Amino acid sequence: MTARSAERLRVGVDLVAVADVAASVLHFGDRYVRRLFTPHEIDCCRRPARTGDGSVPYSMESLAARFAAKEAVIKVLRPTDGQPDWRSIEVHRLAGGWCEIRLSGRAAVLAGDAGIDDFSVSLTHEAGAAAAVVVARCRVIERTSTEEGDG
Amino acid sequence: MTVNETIRQVVADHGRLAVPIESLADGDDLFAAGMTSHASINVMLALEDAFDFEFPEKMLKKSTFESVASISAGVAELAGT
Repeated sequence: MTARSAERLRVGVDLVAVADVAASVLHFGDRYVRRLFTPHEIDCCRRPARTGDGSVPYSMESLAARFAAKEAVIKVLRPTDGQPDWRSIEVHRLAGGWCEIRLSGRAAVLAGDAGIDDFSVSLTHEAGAAAAVVVARCRVIERTSTEEGDG
Repeated sequence: MTVNETIRQVVADHGRLAVPIESLADGDDLFAAGMTSHASINVMLALEDAFDFEFPEKMLKKSTFESVASISAGVAELAGT
């Protein structure tokens, strides 16, 4: 038996209706936002409050895109015994405006177990829908039998 | 309202099912009946409002919310009954 390290790719994609997220924010308020998103994500989705005009303090498109990204990451992680807390998957916006995935808690454990050491994410929203695509690189150990066999 | 009736009302109000809740048995798969992952979050939050508790991370499984029966089991576990 011989073993060698190999690389595999996993892809996850998700599509979210922005209106669904907006309805949840309106119904459940900050509890919905705080339950799903990290403080960094909430800050990124905030927009200037305009008192008295009934506007909500978040960009619904940005929240929806981030939720889509979390779902796409879960599809990449492929948990078999319960999914990680949504806040353990963070869409972290970098100074240049690009985003990366940062994991903590159980999501990080799942990624480690799968041999995933790198994620790439792309977010978009248009015409009432938000979407995210996540690509992950997995390092796996492949075992193959030698010609002579090993037993 | 019984626990079962409350759960059914919450699922009807927030689950975005493609069929009436009355047409589903307690063991029927709610995701197969049209409930999306995002809608299941709304169901979870509405259940927390209805029963005044919070689902811990260990119960944030698709299986917890996949049927009225599985939700009932989760509610019973959190209520300590």
